Amino acid sequence: MRTLAVVSAGLSQPSSTRLLADKLATATLTRLHDENVETRLLTFELRDYAQDVMNNMLTGFASPRLQTMIDAVTTADGLIAVTPIFTTSYSGLFKSFFDVLDNRALTDQPVLIGATAGTARHSLALDYALRPMFTYLHAVVVPTSVFAASEDWGSGDGRGRVATLPARIERAAGELAALVARSDRSARVQDPFELPAGFNPAGSGLSR
Amino acid sequence: MQFGIFTVGDRTTDPTTGDTPTENARIKAMVAIAQKVEEVGLDVFATGEHHNPPFVPSSPTTLLGYIAGQTSRIILSTATTLITTNDPVKIAEDFAMLQHLADGRVDLTLGRGNTGPVYPWFGKDIREGIPLALENYALLRRLWREESVDWEGQFRTPLQGFQSTPRPLDGVPPFVWHGSIRSPEIAEQAAYYGDGFFSNHIFWPASHTAKMVRYYRQRFEHYGHGTAAQAMVGLGGQVFMSKNSQDAKRDFRPYFDNAPVYGNGPSMEDFTSQTPLTVGSPQEVIDRTLGFRDYVGDYQRQLWLMDHAGLPLKTVLEQLDLLGEEVVPVLRREFAKNRPATVPDAPTHESLRLARVAATVPAAAGRDDLDTAAAIAPAHTGAAFGRARA
Repeated sequence: MRTLAVVSAGLSQPSSTRLLADKLATATLTRLHDENVETRLLTFELRDYAQDVMNNMLTGFASPRLQTMIDAVTTADGLIAVTPIFTTSYSGLFKSFFDVLDNRALTDQPVLIGATAGTARHSLALDYALRPMFTYLHAVVVPTSVFAASEDWGSGDGRGRVATLPARIERAAGELAALVARSDRSARVQDPFELPAGFNPAGSGLSR
Repeated sequence: MQFGIFTVGDRTTDPTTGDTPTENARIKAMVAIAQKVEEVGLDVFATGEHHNPPFVPSSPTTLLGYIAGQTSRIILSTATTLITTNDPVKIAEDFAMLQHLADGRVDLTLGRGNTGPVYPWFGKDIREGIPLALENYALLRRLWREESVDWEGQFRTPLQGFQSTPRPLDGVPPFVWHGSIRSPEIAEQAAYYGDGFFSNHIFWPASHTAKMVRYYRQRFEHYGHGTAAQAMVGLGGQVFMSKNSQDAKRDFRPYFDNAPVYGNGPSMEDFTSQTPLTVGSPQEVIDRTLGFRDYVGDYQRQLWLMDHAGLPLKTVLEQLDLLGEEVVPVLRREFAKNRPATVPDAPTHESLRLARVAATVPAAAGRDDLDTAAAIAPAHTGAAFGRARA
């Protein structure tokens, strides 16, 4: 059994960001299903946690419901993270959520990044904003990221001359599914009290 | 069981009046609070250490030395002393000097500090916070226990034949608590030495504190200082009281809503449900505090944060009256109920001195670098430690 987490930072209801997140999740689950990898899907709208995220930023600790959500996201075998592009970058809410995570919490986690915006002119935000952020967190970001401008929602099925949104979703989902299938992340025992290798409570000074 | 106050020493504007105490007024208020702690029958006054405004207590042993001269009974402590950025040689000397002036009414809580620039201001690297805490404390222990120290480490100049002066009073180093919110390394360090572990509890959910304390207790037992139940645990807490619960909520709300740490964040109701902050009647404070035992076990020291967020001195002193008259006497009685006889009280200078006398009897010899809580645990020394004031 694997777990796939989806974090969507769309604000409107319904939101095209959530629509893209769902498309990516469905495509990934289909791939995993085809390979007989049973997978549980957990989808989170950051809007539902917006106040908890900001309170965490101010107080330094997560409310119980936010902590439950953070634990679910960080222990998943794969993460699909999708944000609207606001003012040339990820939304503040999206960034704030990742800011309150422990900076080791996503190490080695397979991540598929996606973004939405009004026009395709913002598509590079995936590569200058989201990808470096996840790289900093030592997550494994799949090579294909998926950007959906408004016009993409009217594009074809990808069998034409140019790779359209559905084709990019399929490609990205295949990359993520391959990593999720191999992951044992959700089965690992979490030990918050694990000490660093070679830890010596008496420090490193020499006695004599 | 010991009860007391810990102060951060912040100069915060009173949101209800717009008044900000001067540094002088704030420092004098801390002295007045300590005197009140003694007057109302509490046991401990502890001060923070800070090196940036709006905080005033940069020199804790100066403050505590003065308070020592103004009081006769309470234990003077810290919350916390920065083991990372202070020179351990100076800590050894300052606190030994304070011990002599206070006739032994001294212990201290070590912490790493959470203000990034303090590290570089004192020539240290914040990324080495844990290694600094470990190495500096290892040296501090030796300075208090050995008369001629040869030492070399990574963080300060080596020592050859160094003796810190004055020597600890009666040859008994002050008891040490290690404070940490979320670093298992520090809980491990406290357990390794058989020292106390202080969980400043006030800005974190109970579930987190419970896990940290359980870990410390298990490791205390692992290192052979006694059973897990005999480990030395201190907790922070934060209360605001009024005879009538609704009055307490009304009066404290402007201070909560504007407080430096959590102001403009969660509602007071959410914060009180998620952390130990209690705003209500003395009975609610009693019930909440007794509840701490349910998740950390029988413990030794309860300190409260009282004088923060711009609360005027007059209000703080009234709060201390309520604590001393209505809350702590009940807590002493209730915490004593069902407390196993094998659970020790927090060490005092006198209990440690008696334990040291007992330990010089040859049969009691053990690891001499692990001698504090282990030496006073009843399983080891019988009645050689004092009971808490009842």
